[in-house]
Amino acid sequence: MGQWLAIADIAKKIQAGELKAKALVEQALAAVEDKSEYDAIISTTSERALRKAAKIDERVAGGHKVGRLAGVPFIAKDNFLTLGGKTTAASNILRPFEAPYQATAIERLEAEGAICVAKANLDAFAHGSSTENSDWFTTKNPYDKTRVPGGSSGGSAAAVALDIVPFALGTDTGGSIRLPAAFCGVVGYKPTYGLVSRSGVVAMASSTDVIGPLARSVEDAALVLDCMAGRDELDSTTIERNPKGYDIRNSKFQIPNSKVGIIKEYMDEGLEPGVKVAVNAAIDKLRAAGTQLSEISLPSLPLALAVYYIICPAEVSSNLSRYDGQRFGYHDIHAKNLDDSYCLSRFNGFGAEAKRRIMIGTYVLSSGYYEAYYKKAQIVRTKIINEFREAFKRFDFLIGPTAPNTAFKIGERAHDPLKMYLSDIMTVAANISGNPAINLPAGTSNNLPVGLQIIAPTGADRSLLNMARHFEGLGS
Amino acid sequence: MSKLTQDNVVALAALSRLTLTSDEIDKFRGELSGILDYVEALNDVNEQEAEPTYQVTGLKNVMRPDEIKDYGYRVQELLKNAPATKAGQFKVKRVIG
Repeated sequence: MGQWLAIADIAKKIQAGELKAKALVEQALAAVEDKSEYDAIISTTSERALRKAAKIDERVAGGHKVGRLAGVPFIAKDNFLTLGGKTTAASNILRPFEAPYQATAIERLEAEGAICVAKANLDAFAHGSSTENSDWFTTKNPYDKTRVPGGSSGGSAAAVALDIVPFALGTDTGGSIRLPAAFCGVVGYKPTYGLVSRSGVVAMASSTDVIGPLARSVEDAALVLDCMAGRDELDSTTIERNPKGYDIRNSKFQIPNSKVGIIKEYMDEGLEPGVKVAVNAAIDKLRAAGTQLSEISLPSLPLALAVYYIICPAEVSSNLSRYDGQRFGYHDIHAKNLDDSYCLSRFNGFGAEAKRRIMIGTYVLSSGYYEAYYKKAQIVRTKIINEFREAFKRFDFLIGPTAPNTAFKIGERAHDPLKMYLSDIMTVAANISGNPAINLPAGTSNNLPVGLQIIAPTGADRSLLNMARHFEGLGS
Repeated sequence: MSKLTQDNVVALAALSRLTLTSDEIDKFRGELSGILDYVEALNDVNEQEAEPTYQVTGLKNVMRPDEIKDYGYRVQELLKNAPATKAGQFKVKRVIG
């Protein structure tokens, strides 16, 4: 199944001269074309990609060593700054924007020989859970074109599910990698906060934004993470790598003795019956393979979404203040003075969701409301972190569904922002606390993919990837 | 209850440097009120229970040497997205009347 080998094997065959990077890039670009009806892709970077590929092929022909991702085509969510095309964050305000430099994550992948071939659709500025907030178009779910792919990294998830490329990059601020991965039936990895540099990625909520891979297998995702992870002087919130790295292909991790806590709050009411059945089947499979599982309650988790919808807009309102129409992005020419120019450029450039979040953020940060909203949210954030810490004294991992439901219909939630926000109810907690978390495909409900979420202690990314691979190996 | 008035929304829009149409003011008044109602779930939280957490890395004062580094960016490249430039600088509408 699928047109792509495992990523490590592609790179090996490139090094051996058995595969040509140019042919792989052409293959990926042909797939972009072939699957265009799904609207997963905003633009291609074909010229630069073919040039990069030719260089790799030349190096191999010359007997030189190439990187661990040599010749592997990938797609970046369009909020990563990339050269060789536009970076729009799927927003009108950045419609003409051409990045003058690249994101650190992209630079590191390129340094290992990976080749960015296209930019994926997203909810504008990554604000959303369905790609319906994209100022371009809505991506269609590969399993059912009348449904959303999830968001905000919906184009990335769909591109991987459609087998256009072996992996794609996404960003996860409240669930934006894991949710679309769940809806599209692929692996989506959200690392510990700070593990991958955010330099050169369009900022959303800086205290919870992380960058991660979407792929078809845990080993592929782990290898991509390994190539990106670690300190970067251009992002002072980055943390040290695990000295063992994150490439788990040859690791021998003992799983059967692991203790896993089933998050009670995520298994309660509100869970679609088919999702519950699939998640329980996944739990049974782990148990049968020797994992010890029992239920645990984290009583503050139901507050995580309210915390998120204070912290996130607050940080969004600050981060989006740079779009003033003067230095880059959409500029309104009808303004009479400078202030007018800011207001009109932002009015015509931002979509409804960005405006909504900017205003909520401005409200909760304004004097008189700061204590009631922003500070209180940060106190509950501490409580959530403490509950995770306590839970991880008893358990190695926590488990539950990634979302309470499978992919919903296009249009079903688009006119009710609060209902859309509820899509993230099971993913936001790990963003607020900074813990690493992964979505793994766990069967289907009515022919739509169901996602299993595993959460690990902060910094335990390598163990989490090992555990995820163990689950993946149990088969469906 | 945090029902916003039209005036509240207009004031918020001004603080946010957003021009809004009257339709938008109406729409946002309802939507923003709904969101604020939802986050009032946190009202019952006792402030004494914990200290606020503003960031999760635990990193403090990450320093680097104060040295000029050449990242290879050219001024022309960095200005290419600007709507108006003059003499290698951003050009904006006059600020002082």
